[in-house]
Amino acid sequence: MIRIRLCEESFVEPILKRDVICPVHLYSGQEAIAAGVCAALKPRDYVFGNHRSHGHYLAKGGSLRAMVAEVYGREAGCSRGRGGSMHLIDPENGMLGSAPIVAGTIPLALGAALAAAIRRDGRVVVSFFGDGATGEGALYESLNFAALRSLPIMFVCENNLYATHMPIRACRPRVSIHKIAIPFGITGRRVDGNDVLAVYEAASRAADRCRKGGGPSFLEFMTYRLRGHVGPDDNVWGAHTDLRPRAEVMRWRKRDPIPRFEGLLLRTRAADRSLLDRVNRQAGQEIEAAHRFAREAPLPRRSELKRHVFSA
Amino acid sequence: MSSRPRILPFCLAINEALHQTMARDRSVFVIGQGVKSPWYVGSTCRDLLETYGPARVIDTPVSENAITGTAVGAAIAGMRPVVVHPRMDFMMYAMDPIVNEAANWHYMCGGRLSVPVTIWAIVNRGGEQAAQHSQSIHAWFAHVPGLKVVMPSTPHDAKGLMVSAIRDPNPVMFVDDRWLHNIEGPVPERLYTVPIGRAAIRRLGSDVTLASTSYMSVETSKAAEALLREGIAAEVVDLRTIKPLDEGLLLKSVRKTGRLLVVDGGWRTCGFAAEVAALVSESAFSALKAPVRRLTLPDVPAPASRSLEKAYYPDWRDIARAAKRLVRGDHPRST
Repeated sequence: MIRIRLCEESFVEPILKRDVICPVHLYSGQEAIAAGVCAALKPRDYVFGNHRSHGHYLAKGGSLRAMVAEVYGREAGCSRGRGGSMHLIDPENGMLGSAPIVAGTIPLALGAALAAAIRRDGRVVVSFFGDGATGEGALYESLNFAALRSLPIMFVCENNLYATHMPIRACRPRVSIHKIAIPFGITGRRVDGNDVLAVYEAASRAADRCRKGGGPSFLEFMTYRLRGHVGPDDNVWGAHTDLRPRAEVMRWRKRDPIPRFEGLLLRTRAADRSLLDRVNRQAGQEIEAAHRFAREAPLPRRSELKRHVFSA
Repeated sequence: MSSRPRILPFCLAINEALHQTMARDRSVFVIGQGVKSPWYVGSTCRDLLETYGPARVIDTPVSENAITGTAVGAAIAGMRPVVVHPRMDFMMYAMDPIVNEAANWHYMCGGRLSVPVTIWAIVNRGGEQAAQHSQSIHAWFAHVPGLKVVMPSTPHDAKGLMVSAIRDPNPVMFVDDRWLHNIEGPVPERLYTVPIGRAAIRRLGSDVTLASTSYMSVETSKAAEALLREGIAAEVVDLRTIKPLDEGLLLKSVRKTGRLLVVDGGWRTCGFAAEVAALVSESAFSALKAPVRRLTLPDVPAPASRSLEKAYYPDWRDIARAAKRLVRGDHPRST
C-alpha cells in the first residue's frame, strides 16, 4: 500500500511540470483494494484492470521501474512506451492488461476465466472496474455468462462514488451496487474497501470459491479517490474541476487506508514505528530511483512507429 | 492420391477446417450464438459439439459484446478461440472488443501479448430480410490497424483461410456470405492453409482487371465468361484477403491490362472498393488507360421487397456491363 501511495504521489510533480504527459489516473486512497485482493491471489492468477490500474499492476507484482518508465513514455516501459499509464501489462505476473474503455476489460477477464475453465488449470481471474462501469451493458452480459458457466472470476467493483465527474447518486437510482449480481445467482458483498484486512478476507473467500469450482463472486469495495479523476487535481469544490464538497473529501481522508492499517499494526505490536519508517524509506528510494531511470531512459525510436501492430 | 479431387460445399469446407484444427490443437474452441444450430450457422459447425463437447463448443446467450470480449480475453490468456456471429449486423454490439480491445491490445502493450482470435462474421442477405439482416460491413474492419480481414469465395479458400485465421497470432476477421455456403468445389482432405494476404488470379486476361471479394467473385467470374463471348478478355483477381491487401498481384494485373473495375459487396462511400481505387491511382496511375471504376452496393440500406432487392444487389450482368463500358471508353458518372 505504501509503495503504491508513494509511487502515485511521486507523479504529481512530473505531471505538473509536463515531464509526464499521458493521462494519469491516480490510485491514491484506493490502495487497500489492490493490495488486499492481489494478496489473496497466486502469481499465476490473472488480473485485468481499467484506466486507474497502477495499484493493480504493482500489487500483482509488476515491476515498479517498468511502470514508471511507461508513464514517462519510454521504450523501457512495461508496454514499451506504446501504452502509457492506462495500458499496463505484466504477463509473467498474471497482469494481462488494463484499458480505459469503461467495462471494456470485464468481458476480457471473463474470457481469461473461460480459458482457465477449459484448461482446468485452477487459475482465478479478477476483473477490476469502477462504479462507473455499472452503467455499461457489458457488465450484465458478463455476469450472466459467468454464472451460466460457473466461471472462476471475481468481479471487483471499486466504488469510489464518482464516475469521472458524476456522483453516484446522479448515475444510479439505487446505489447498492453489490446487489446487481444477485439476480444472476452470484453472491454479492459490500465491504469496506479502505480496510485492507477486510478486503483480503473477502477476496480470499471469493478466490477460494473460484478454486473449488463454486463460480463467480461479486465484491463491491467502498472507497474514495483522494485525488481527482485524472491528474493531481483533487476535484474539490472551488478547484478547477469543481466536483466534490470539501467536507466529503476531509471525511474520507480520515478513513485513509494506510494510516488505518499502520495504526492497527502499531496497536497490535505487529510492527513498530521504526519498521514502518524503514518501509516508507525503502519505497521512497525505490521510487526515486525509478524516476531517475525513467528520465534517462530513451524514448521509442521514430523509426519504430509501425512496430507491434501485428504479431509475427 | 486419387485423380479426381474431392468436392465439398463451402460450408462443409469451413466445417472441416474447424474439425481438423480442433483435433490438433486443444487451445482452439468455438463460441457464439447458435454453434449447435444449423438454423444459425448452416452446416459449418456440424458434429463439432458431438466431437469436442460443450467445454470447447460453446453455444451462448444473445450477448455479442460480452461473448466477443470473452473470445478476445481467452485469446489474450493463450487460447485460440473462434467466435462466430451468425449475422454480421448483430456484431455491431461487439465493436468494443473487436476494435478497441482485440485490434489494439498487441500494440498498446508493446508487443508483449498477442491476440490469436478468429472473429467469424457471416453475411446473410437476400430473401427480403431488409436492412438489419443483410449488411456486409467488412470495410469498417479493414480500416482498423491490427485487424486482418479475409473474405474467401471458394470452398478451397474457405478451408485454407479458416485454418490460417485460427493459426495466425493476430485477430483475424473471417467474413463469409451465406450465398457462398452451398457452392461446391475441390477441397483437399488434408489440413492445409491458404496464406492471408495473397490474392488469386481466377482467369487471365489482357483487356481489363476485375478485382473482387467474397461472393462478388462468383458473379465476377460469370461476368468474365460472358465478356469473353463478346471478345473482351477480363483478368479476374479474387482478392481473398482485404487486409492486408495483396498489392503486388493487383498492381501487376492492372499494369498489364491498364483498366480496373473493383467489384465489392459493400457500400460505395468510403468502402473497400474506394480503397482499392485509391491504391491503384497512387501506385499505377501511369499504367491506367481509363479511370478506375467501382461496382458496389449503392449507398442505400438493404431493402425488403424483391423488386428493390433485385435493383440493390449487382450481379454478373451488371459487372459485365460496367466492364464493357470501361473497355470501350464509355464512362458514365454512376454505375
